[in-house]
Amino acid sequence: MGRGAFERILVAAAALAAVAAAVLFLRAPDPEAGAPGRGGYALTATDGSTFTEASLEGHPSAVFFGFTHCPDICPTTLGEIGTWREELGAEARDLRFWFVTVDPERDSVDGLRDYLSWSPGVTGAGGTRAEVDEALAAFRVYARKVPLSDGGYTMDHSSFVMLFDRDGRFVRNIGYREETGSAVAKLRALIGAGAG
Amino acid sequence: MSNLLRAGMAAALVLSSPLCARAHEGHDHGAAAATATAPAEALSVARGFTRATRPGAPVAGGFMVITNATGRDDRLVGARSPAAGVTQLHEMAMAEGVMRMRELAQGLPIPAGATVALRPGGYHVMFMDLKAPLVEGARIEVTLTFERAGEVTVPLAVLAPDAEDFPGAGE
Repeated sequence: MGRGAFERILVAAAALAAVAAAVLFLRAPDPEAGAPGRGGYALTATDGSTFTEASLEGHPSAVFFGFTHCPDICPTTLGEIGTWREELGAEARDLRFWFVTVDPERDSVDGLRDYLSWSPGVTGAGGTRAEVDEALAAFRVYARKVPLSDGGYTMDHSSFVMLFDRDGRFVRNIGYREETGSAVAKLRALIGAGAG
Repeated sequence: MSNLLRAGMAAALVLSSPLCARAHEGHDHGAAAATATAPAEALSVARGFTRATRPGAPVAGGFMVITNATGRDDRLVGARSPAAGVTQLHEMAMAEGVMRMRELAQGLPIPAGATVALRPGGYHVMFMDLKAPLVEGARIEVTLTFERAGEVTVPLAVLAPDAEDFPGAGE
């Protein structure tokens, strides 16, 4: 393909995107409504507070979804969160980490508090199945029970850490086992944005 | 020096496995891994570890490297451990940001001449209903059942809660 043709396609695509954006904007008077993390969910947090969309405002936040019957990615990610916090040191002062259970049938709030006791700076959140489902929908997080041969089950679930700015706006994700340098850079940018 | 020490520790673990023969440095890792040699043409299990459990966590993954030097295809079909009420073989896979966990209903093929790694993010022995929390520095035993090679009992070192590989394996 010639360069001219490629540029014409780019211009056409940009124009299309602009029209689509305009249509979406006109249709949605409140651009925040329906954004990840926005919604009417209310979970019980391990620090005694209630985890709602307002919990994401006033400070940068990182939200992760997991469960205590999780052999690999939950312990790994909690370990990584510890590493990020160490790397950031005092910079992480007002950065809040949340661990929301996708398995409320087995994860009580007390159980979550215990599980997270090795992870300073990480607050757990749970509730009834219906309450958790409402939060999962608000965050657009995937979670599904998978039966096991012994009659038990495990969970498939979204594995990323979602980053929110001081206004509670979703910014981007940190992927599972993303390189530490890259994750810390994203957190540093998040902390720096709109600070002081 | 510390690598040598670690290699020694790893070798000691391998040697304590009854069926242990030869821990090939099969894939992408360096020289520090166990290299105990014994009768050739055997199935060996090396670099076995699990991870310390967080408070209240009733599950843990078991990780290891299995090398099949028998010249015949084999298959890991089951596992059990005195440390856990239920032990299964699982595969974890990531797709579009979603972690998916599957029980390996047909077991895990260990082809002739191959080295198969059970490691975080992939295949693992899944320990459920742990009888007691796993404490870093301890060790547990797991008995693996292979279709041809039969039962192999190996020790798994309990490493840090977020350990990714056996010490020295990636150096």
